[in-house]
Amino acid sequence: MAEIIKRNKPLVVSPLKTSQPLGASLAVLGLNRALPLMHGAQGCTAFAKVLLVRHFREPIPLQTTALDSISSIMGAEDNLMAGLRTVCEKHRPAAVGLLTTGLTETQGTDIARGLKLFRDRYPEFRTVGILPINTPDFTGGLESGFAAAVETMIEEWVPAAAVAGTHPGRRPRQINVLCGSALTPGDLEALRETIERFGLHPLLIPDLSESLDGHLSAEDFSPLTTGGTPLSAFATLGDAAATLVIGDSLHAAAALLHERTGVPTHTLPHLFGLAANDRLVMTLAGIAGQPVPAPLARQRAQLLDTMLDTHFLLGQARVAIAAEADLLHGFSQLLAELGADVVAAVTPTSASNLARIPVPQIHIGDLEDLETLAGERNAELLIGNSHAVEVAQRLDLPLLRAGLPLYDQFGGYQRTWIGYRGARQALFDLANALLAQADHAVAPYPSFYSRKADSPQETRHGATPASAHSDWRH
Amino acid sequence: MKASDLAVLRDEPACEHNQQAKSGCARPTPGATAGGCAFDGAQIALLPIADVAHIVHGPIGCAGNSWDTRGARSSGSTIFKRGMTTDLSEQDVIMGRGEKRLFHGIKQAIDSYSPAAVFVYSTCVTALIGDDLEAVCKAAAARWGVPVIPIDSAGFYGSKNLGNRIAGEAMIKYVVGGHEPEPPPVDPARPDLQVHDINLIGEYNIAGELWNTLPLFDELGLRVLCSLSGDARFQEIQTMHRAEVNMVVCSRAMLNVARKLREQFGAPWFEGSFYGASEVSTSLRQFAALLADPALSARTEALIAREEAANTAALAPYRKRLHGKRALLYTGGVKSWSIVSALQELGVTVVATGTKKSTEEDKARIKELMGEEGHLIEDGNPRSLLDLVHRYQADILVAGGRNLYTALKARLPFLDINQEREHGYAGYRGMITLARELTRSLENPIWEAVRGPAPWSSLPAPVGGNSVTEPLNPPFSPGGGSKESETAHG
Repeated sequence: MAEIIKRNKPLVVSPLKTSQPLGASLAVLGLNRALPLMHGAQGCTAFAKVLLVRHFREPIPLQTTALDSISSIMGAEDNLMAGLRTVCEKHRPAAVGLLTTGLTETQGTDIARGLKLFRDRYPEFRTVGILPINTPDFTGGLESGFAAAVETMIEEWVPAAAVAGTHPGRRPRQINVLCGSALTPGDLEALRETIERFGLHPLLIPDLSESLDGHLSAEDFSPLTTGGTPLSAFATLGDAAATLVIGDSLHAAAALLHERTGVPTHTLPHLFGLAANDRLVMTLAGIAGQPVPAPLARQRAQLLDTMLDTHFLLGQARVAIAAEADLLHGFSQLLAELGADVVAAVTPTSASNLARIPVPQIHIGDLEDLETLAGERNAELLIGNSHAVEVAQRLDLPLLRAGLPLYDQFGGYQRTWIGYRGARQALFDLANALLAQADHAVAPYPSFYSRKADSPQETRHGATPASAHSDWRH
Repeated sequence: MKASDLAVLRDEPACEHNQQAKSGCARPTPGATAGGCAFDGAQIALLPIADVAHIVHGPIGCAGNSWDTRGARSSGSTIFKRGMTTDLSEQDVIMGRGEKRLFHGIKQAIDSYSPAAVFVYSTCVTALIGDDLEAVCKAAAARWGVPVIPIDSAGFYGSKNLGNRIAGEAMIKYVVGGHEPEPPPVDPARPDLQVHDINLIGEYNIAGELWNTLPLFDELGLRVLCSLSGDARFQEIQTMHRAEVNMVVCSRAMLNVARKLREQFGAPWFEGSFYGASEVSTSLRQFAALLADPALSARTEALIAREEAANTAALAPYRKRLHGKRALLYTGGVKSWSIVSALQELGVTVVATGTKKSTEEDKARIKELMGEEGHLIEDGNPRSLLDLVHRYQADILVAGGRNLYTALKARLPFLDINQEREHGYAGYRGMITLARELTRSLENPIWEAVRGPAPWSSLPAPVGGNSVTEPLNPPFSPGGGSKESETAHG
């Protein structure tokens, strides 16, 4: 549906894109007792760490193989070995995500080979699950890096049904949920709750709601994640009744899981708005073989009421969005349901689902593009991450913060967008932003003849500030 | 950059680390390393130059993950706040199209934002594929008539400190001396005042703290030709060679700039700090002494007397509240002693301080300040920091943003002292901010709540119930799925 317009300028200004290793790190952080290890220069890790710390307001476990000049040029296998050994020895992790970077990919590093060497040389760490993930900085972005990590988890840890003797439906209540990067920890909590309402047991992969939901635990410090999908869970995926996939970005991971296990797969591109959540609820009702629980029916009724209340503002509202593909898809759908116009849509990288997003045009670009397009097309509202704050200030438009990073406000990581409830709150917030911004009334007209005693004295001659802005002149 | 050039940069004669067996620029340990790379350091050192377009030449990770994070403020131009990068694609890397993209990217930056200059930072990938940064910059400058400065700062060259030094070196090599300063404006109230020109090196104007000290310099008749690099403009960097005295503020890493300014232009330099009233006073006296201007000395003493008296009065209530509080300080380099002195002035006992990036001279000053009681912390990993907090019964952890959540998760009051912070602590006025922020965390009523148990923790544990100390879901047991479902629906 959407026309895709490619990057046509040499420089990216005010980047919207973050890197693949960052996305893969985030996915690994959704595993229990895990640690991402970036194979690159120490800055690759430091930048990603600072960004995630600022977004989640949590300590973030993340390590580096710390390449220097010599290892960058002469080969970095020793760094890879030493890095893996150190983290395994020091922290005894359950899982390590071994991620390449632009630097080591340019070198032509072979992490699979490096990992094999490590396994041969250090059999004492064989119980540590290590994920070799190729995530060069010069392709893709956060979303694709996250997806690559999820795919590798399945590749490494989910055995083929024929080998492991798993059977779809042997655990009739287990639902595998492959969770895309657009879902916040708050979203995951809501999703779990919804699935549990049907008497089903969701197994979230990865599960950021247990590691990065911002809770105070009894321990004062941990060098590893303190929650998330346990490694032991992956062996059971083949016995589940169904797999739910949230996000088109996980297409390859979902296909692989299906190929390995034969568990029926239900893919939902996102869970924003009425239609997507209707599909979710119907899918769950089908899997569980039971009617829709009353609380969900109530939530749906509440959403419908909110759609009525807010449609005066959101209908034909002109919205500009900067987000990665899955999130862009979700917001576009939500807004389309209310008759809003997405006048500018900017996404940092190409993705296979872009053409299906219900907007006229999508620009592969940056926040400079967002600013230009939103300005030219008279957007009334922006949706984007914290980097878009300055754009919003310059355009004097309200900004609904979504995506990553969110660092200029509290609680962004915990925001729930999905479900009937999430959609309801999103509509409230969108409508409120427009309400605060726009004064739809006719501007006061200072009549020459029928003057008011208390009207400002200086508005005598020519165009007054009020009349210059009043609608009747245009 | 050639290995020999890197070796020269690592060998900074003005830095005492040179004489130490264990260098501050030691090789990092794979798997146990914190902190940024040389590119990070170069970018931090120069990014605050406000009217420059800063282009990061590399794939997205370098700029995309790091832009828009620093607290440096500008009083005018905001060009520096736009993250710019060539965002190299796989095709660019394979086909060697990086140089071309950069060349046109420089034009784009000039056309869109009319910067005073363009700085181009190389990164790991572009250094590895051999893009000729210097040649592209030279060609672009010639073509478009705007200075284009190469900063050869691949991350793998080394640490953040080395990156600071690379940045300083580039300023000396390509920028300083490019412009002569105008004569200082005459203050009609003091037409005969002899104004002296100075530079502040390593002052980044975090949270605007330069503007706490700038009024003092104005009053004394000291013109800050350039602050490298907080709230700086390109042309100010070009005039740095005309300063009569250089002060290195809290950043040993840019000592090379001060040393070279002395070697090439004869200006003396000193290291100082603006944290703590006594350090501010000491630094101001140093300027007066090095400028050998008796009138300036008199003005300086008058200002110090007035400001210290006002400061003492303003801080008195805070001193009472902070008296006897114990702080554990973990920060690098000069700050390791300058913040000690600031905290002590507030009546806070500093039980230990980090010395990882400090030199022998820094450590000597720390010992002098803290006495034999004071402990030095070499390894500041989060676990050992928390252990030390408990061992020395510290009330608050004062450290960089990296340790903020280490402290909070351990239910400890915290004060952020590094670059990302939101408050300016420099100057006499900064002390009041510092005191206020210390009390804000220390005296907050939340500590009792967050340290205490949940009210139900003394009740018998409910069967199958959750508690915050356990994962929200019961641990996954293979083979348990179907059984669970039977009990749920049986």
